[in-house]
Amino acid sequence: MGALTLTNVAKSFGSTDVIKGVDLQVNDGEFCVFVGPSGCGKSTLLRMIAGLEDVSGGDVKIDGVRINDLAPAKREIAMVFQSYALYPHLSVRDNMGLALKQAGVPKAEITQATDKAAAMLSLGALMERRPAELSGGQRQRVAIGRAIVRTPKLFLFDEPLSNLDAALRVQTRIEIARLHRELGATMIYVTHDQVEAMTLADKIVVLRAGKVEQVGRPMDLYNDPDNTFVAGFIGSPQMNFLKSGALGLQSDTLGIRPEHLRLSRGAGQIPGRVSHVEKLGGETLVYVNTDTHGLLTVRLFGEHQYEVDEAVGLEIDQSRAFHFDAAGQRLR
Amino acid sequence: MSQARHSPARSIAAHAILILYTVIALFPVFVIVINSFKSRRAIFADPLALPTPGNFDLVGYQTVLAQGDFFQYFLNSLTVTVGSLFFVLLFGAMAAFALSEYRFKGNTLMGLYLALGIMIPIRLGTVAILQLMVASGLVNTLTALVLVYTAQGIPLAVFILSEFMRSVSADLKNAGRIDGLSEYTIFFRLVLPLVRPAMATVAVFTMIPIWNDLWFPLILAPSEATKTVTLGAQVFIGQFVTNWNAVLAALSLAILPVLVLYLVFSRQLIRGITAGAVK
Repeated sequence: MGALTLTNVAKSFGSTDVIKGVDLQVNDGEFCVFVGPSGCGKSTLLRMIAGLEDVSGGDVKIDGVRINDLAPAKREIAMVFQSYALYPHLSVRDNMGLALKQAGVPKAEITQATDKAAAMLSLGALMERRPAELSGGQRQRVAIGRAIVRTPKLFLFDEPLSNLDAALRVQTRIEIARLHRELGATMIYVTHDQVEAMTLADKIVVLRAGKVEQVGRPMDLYNDPDNTFVAGFIGSPQMNFLKSGALGLQSDTLGIRPEHLRLSRGAGQIPGRVSHVEKLGGETLVYVNTDTHGLLTVRLFGEHQYEVDEAVGLEIDQSRAFHFDAAGQRLR
Repeated sequence: MSQARHSPARSIAAHAILILYTVIALFPVFVIVINSFKSRRAIFADPLALPTPGNFDLVGYQTVLAQGDFFQYFLNSLTVTVGSLFFVLLFGAMAAFALSEYRFKGNTLMGLYLALGIMIPIRLGTVAILQLMVASGLVNTLTALVLVYTAQGIPLAVFILSEFMRSVSADLKNAGRIDGLSEYTIFFRLVLPLVRPAMATVAVFTMIPIWNDLWFPLILAPSEATKTVTLGAQVFIGQFVTNWNAVLAALSLAILPVLVLYLVFSRQLIRGITAGAVK
């Protein structure tokens, strides 16, 4: 069990409001990702759920029980940190067992729990080592193991992959997804990387400046964004935003994803010149400079040959275009 | 920086300056030590000469060990130094932890107030301190000295340690909180071991002035039972006659314990001083 409910949760440091009334429901067993640019308050929100920051207003509930004033250790949560935060003076086994030891669990049970977690993460050979003797990836696996051992109601991840290199990041991401399937536990995961959010989440919460911009499943956010911020934040490369007026449309802004722009040589609906080409093998990204809309990105699948400064025309797939008003809100 | 490390000319120049400074700094100590092994006549005849078999004389050490209770003086100095050091490190580290870790009203102000002690010499308050000690019946006790030296050492300790504690990973402390460690356990088991180099730095900077101090032992605890080594050595300095052999021998002996303590802390000390430069 581990359903999390946030009701009008707020946080302020002095006169600065960091979290401005967040309402959120995370169901039992759900993988929920908080995503947003740096400084949007996603880490602060996570730390409030953990009890590391006190809540200035509103209620934080786990399984319907208000935990606002409960000490972190009593909340039945476990947290994995970006910097691993392993205890340098303890062996891997003791690192993983410390919370249970603090809770007064018998030694045999602790050994059983740590062995089980170690087996899940293939840490068996490292159990007697100190954190200083481990590589970054191993340390993060130990940190995840330390969280598993506690069998918490809620797993909290604070940018756990940011300190790993690209290859390890993908590998650990898959491992976390696998753990979520095996454990069936509720997980809350903070990241600034929308790829991590898209690949891991059942539910994505997009935050900006302490407010929730949109909540939904990854593909809902991708295919049905509420505003220009979410539209621009989810998806890589970023959505193109064009001036509707110049296209003879009613709305203020037209959003179109790079894969939904058609590129043709010579003149087209929107004339422009190629400013840069990125060939990635599986796809080709063409950056086109236009007079009215600025720099637009076109994503072509497969390999394509375009020269810099070549004159090209762009065509909009109107069925895939999004329309926004002057305040950035979606017009449906 | 890397230039200096690679160019031999610069390296030689830097070492020459450092060696010169070392020679200047150590020269008085050297003179004290060599003269402590010479006869009185030889000290005055040629103070800079090394002891030779002809003028080698341990009379100074014999006097020191025979007269007065020098062993007791040593013990007093050691008690006061170690005691003060313990309290300075304990309370200094605790205050530093509170200032660096907790957000509360007046945090910055409190930090400034504690740092003020670095700039204002405690000796300005001697008269008031003496009155305080007389009123509380602590005159001629080692407790009086420990209290004063603790007060004297805390500002620098707080100042240095709070900077280092700020650099200890917040995630680590938070991980401890989530695992159910008390704030005291976090402080003693997680944070203190990580700031050990800084603690050694503070220990050395605190210890030496305490060991060498003459002022407060003379004013607060001049009795025979509570004399410190520096005060004890003054016995041999008279208004008309000074027993130089004994003074020099006493001073030479007084170097030893502090040297031992320094060697204990020095490895950590060097790491503490260079922490900012290397990391």
